[in-house]
Amino acid sequence: MMAVLTLTLLGAALGLALGIAGRLLAVEADADVARLEALLPGTNCGQCGFPGCAGAAAAMAAGDAPPSCCPPGGKAVALALAEKLGVSLDLSSVLDEGPKLAVVAEDLCIGCCRCLKYCPTDAILGAPKQIHNVLKEACTGCAACVEHCPTEALIIQPMPVGWQHWVMPKPAAA
Amino acid sequence: MGLMEKIFTRSWGVHPRDYKRPAADAPVRVMPMPERLYLSLAQHLGAPARPAVLVGQKVKKGEKLADPQGPVSAAIHAPTSGVIAAIGEISAPHPSGLPVQAIILEADGRDEWSDALTTCDNPLGLDPDEIGRRVADAGVVGMGGATFPSALKLSSSRKAGVTTLVMNGGECEPYLSCDDRLMRDEAETIIDGIRLMLHATGAKDAIVGIEDNKPEAIAAMRKAAAAWGDVRVRPIPARYPMGSEKQLVQTLTGREIPAGALPAAVGVVVHNVGTARAVSEAVRLGRPLVSRLLTVNGGCVVAPGNVVAPVGALVEDVIAFAGGIEGSPARLVMGGPMMGVSLPHARTPVIKGTSGILALDAAQADDRREEACIRCASCARACPIQIMPLEIARHIRGNDLKGAVGLGLKDCIACGCCAYVCPAHIPLVQYFAHAKGTLAAEDRARQKAEATRKLAAARSERLAREAREKAEIAARRKAEREAAKAAAAAQSAGGMSA
Amino acid sequence: MNADAYHAARIFAAPHAHGGGEIRRTMLRVQLALAPATLFGFWLYGWPAFFLWLLTLFFAQVFEVMSLRLTGNAGQVGFLGDGSALLTGWLLAMTLPPWSPWWIGALGAFIAIVVAKQVFGGLGQNVFNPAMAARVALLVSFPLQLTAWVVPLPLSGLDAPGFLDGLRITLGQIPVPDAMTSASLLGYAKTELSRGLGLAQALAAGHAPQLSWLGVRAGSMGESSALLILAGGIFLLATGVIRWQAPLGVLAGTLVPALIAHAVAPETCLDAASHLLSGALMLGAFFIATDYVTSPATGTGRLVFGLGVGLLTWIIRTLGGYPEGVAFAVLFMNALAPLIDRGIRPRILGRTRSGQPIRNAGK
Repeated sequence: MMAVLTLTLLGAALGLALGIAGRLLAVEADADVARLEALLPGTNCGQCGFPGCAGAAAAMAAGDAPPSCCPPGGKAVALALAEKLGVSLDLSSVLDEGPKLAVVAEDLCIGCCRCLKYCPTDAILGAPKQIHNVLKEACTGCAACVEHCPTEALIIQPMPVGWQHWVMPKPAAA
Repeated sequence: MGLMEKIFTRSWGVHPRDYKRPAADAPVRVMPMPERLYLSLAQHLGAPARPAVLVGQKVKKGEKLADPQGPVSAAIHAPTSGVIAAIGEISAPHPSGLPVQAIILEADGRDEWSDALTTCDNPLGLDPDEIGRRVADAGVVGMGGATFPSALKLSSSRKAGVTTLVMNGGECEPYLSCDDRLMRDEAETIIDGIRLMLHATGAKDAIVGIEDNKPEAIAAMRKAAAAWGDVRVRPIPARYPMGSEKQLVQTLTGREIPAGALPAAVGVVVHNVGTARAVSEAVRLGRPLVSRLLTVNGGCVVAPGNVVAPVGALVEDVIAFAGGIEGSPARLVMGGPMMGVSLPHARTPVIKGTSGILALDAAQADDRREEACIRCASCARACPIQIMPLEIARHIRGNDLKGAVGLGLKDCIACGCCAYVCPAHIPLVQYFAHAKGTLAAEDRARQKAEATRKLAAARSERLAREAREKAEIAARRKAEREAAKAAAAAQSAGGMSA
Repeated sequence: MNADAYHAARIFAAPHAHGGGEIRRTMLRVQLALAPATLFGFWLYGWPAFFLWLLTLFFAQVFEVMSLRLTGNAGQVGFLGDGSALLTGWLLAMTLPPWSPWWIGALGAFIAIVVAKQVFGGLGQNVFNPAMAARVALLVSFPLQLTAWVVPLPLSGLDAPGFLDGLRITLGQIPVPDAMTSASLLGYAKTELSRGLGLAQALAAGHAPQLSWLGVRAGSMGESSALLILAGGIFLLATGVIRWQAPLGVLAGTLVPALIAHAVAPETCLDAASHLLSGALMLGAFFIATDYVTSPATGTGRLVFGLGVGLLTWIIRTLGGYPEGVAFAVLFMNALAPLIDRGIRPRILGRTRSGQPIRNAGK
């Protein structure tokens, strides 16, 4: 009887202590919208399905979107967001195929200039009746332009890797 | 260094079997000019050079083909006379074999030097800056393999006020003997280059460190240096990686270079002996760096030895000249076996930093399956900078790169001692290279994200401005229209009243 | 063949050379170092000791292969594998009473290989020394069997059991006669002390520490001959398999307190020589505390580790309830090894101990 009482009391006391500790020492989720938005690419490309990066940040802060909702951001952005949000991230849910790039198929481009105004980073150069070009340094591969091309001349491709930026593969696990 | 420090300081490095002889003792052979040369535009540390010639243009030997681009870069010159066949791509001398921009030069077989070369009989009378300029004009880079533009190193050393010039004649990599050969055959030219470098850097004296497994080189260099009081030749114990900057400086001067700093932080600048020869040639004869001595060695090479090859010659041509290959090589390496790069194939050009071409047989390459780490800590004992490779690799295996950096990943000099001694054959250096590359890629991604944010902000600002301007114009038009209307009304009213 | 025919099979990272070290060879060298003491043990305790040794090694390897099969890693090793399981079995056999029944060896091998090693993730991942974990588990579970030390009956002697009798003893068909067992030196001293006898009086009655050098006395194979164990240890030091820090730490950690205590209280504290030469101390110093996997990775860390093992051994022997404490001390320090590794790191070249870049040192 005594033992049961002792254990019950012990359990209750420890449980209480744990509860209080959980409250007091909780990891502060530092998730105000502005800080989340600062981590996002800021291109408002709309691939996440929210109205712009601010919309996505608000949704994530409210818990309506996972930290992995930004496709152009890839793994790096998802990890940073998860850290800010104080949640663990299932990396397998992040589709990171490396940086991407839009390229103009020169035989298809008719120089209509329609794509120019949809590019969130002004990465497409073009004049009427001239073949357009994509600035590699400015393009984020967000694909916002693709659907606006009447001749399907914009193609999203993986960013080519030069030998200077080549990364030694990780050794296969033993 | 206190007594306690002495007892508890571990011996670093390894003593690999060096395979240097008989290649080191064979006389130097000069390779005939191949029909085509492939001059990589990125054969130095820093920004690639920018072509300064046009396709179809005729050039003479020593003529400049590409200009340096930006502060850290080097010019590239024609290794022979001929015609520019193309400016295109060739597989880079790199494990990935990815393409690199290159100028392709068709040799005309006459090998005529350009007559625009400026010689100089009394270079020590020149201004130090003028020496630097001539070295830069000759496209000289560090010949030990790091390929840092030499002129920049000379001028920055003078600004930093270094007092000691350390000359690296260590050549601690196994198989390689081109520096050894150079010191034996051209000691006078090297010493002359060292004195020019002393003049250009403002350093008071030079110490030439040569590993004691090269007695002939030590003797030759001592003889050549005897006339000068400010150049000393010091034998150093043969041990890998004695030729690494930090280790060499500490062995020769007792000074420890702070982490992340250049040797200039302790008043030292380090140059390779091959670079000294190139400096002498550049300043005295005005000859740019267009060829180099390199070692062709390894179990699969028929006639190992040292070869003078033009920059831009294909590896397969160099090997063919050296007698070709017997058996099937397990690995083709550019540079030394400890830090050199494995080549995917032999159709890749020699660059200014190519100190050796090795065709290793299976026993030499010793390619074995990775086993589990038994924590024997052999790697930690061998590590010359005393990080704990086993712990760092464990973190990288678990994708904890932050943890790996915390344990000193960025201090790693990639010398390969850890993987060399590992009884479990764990490719430790590959783990570190992977982690360093991934961290660099993450840095680039962060920079790009930053730039993207700026571009996006600029665009929204532009859109807002355009909208505002449009609105302003509309408002003005409206005001104008209304004013006109009012004026017309007033006119008509006036007309009526008139 | 021409150079242009060469095509790399895959991407190779530097270095393109290797020193030739192998795990298998390291394990083989340790086994070689154990061989003299083991052979002497066979001669000393006869056929049963040999059968027990054989069975323990056999079961250790069987359990190793089984575990690797179950975890899907069987392809990477042949039946003899990297030799680590054989070594573990061997070390365990060295610490068991030589006439133990077969199931002690088999159960010990199971605990060592499956519970203490493979469950933690296999070679290199275990926190505790497998042989010591098994020995402690056996000791607390079967105290009777684990303290049944036989007096030496040299193989050449007339009353030594023959080949078949030896097999029967190991298979448990013949019980070990009480007359043949005797307490080990440490056990004897502990018993006599608990009976209130002084050590001088107790030890005068036959237990001469000098015999420990040669090992002609009751005990396990691993403690039979301090001299041969020491020789094996020196062989390992000379071949570079082990380093001096851990053995020195263990020996010093026991020697120093033993010297002091014996000088202060000779009647209740055993002399230093008895401590050093008895029980598993020599074996522990050279073969157990030097286990790479379960000890710290730095030299200084290993010294601290060894000192801890030695000191704890002395404390357990002198103040604890068990006469011998090497296994407990090793397990305790095993648990601390990661902590020692965290605390003791070498100074990185160009940095201070706290990790900051040095400032113009030596200028």
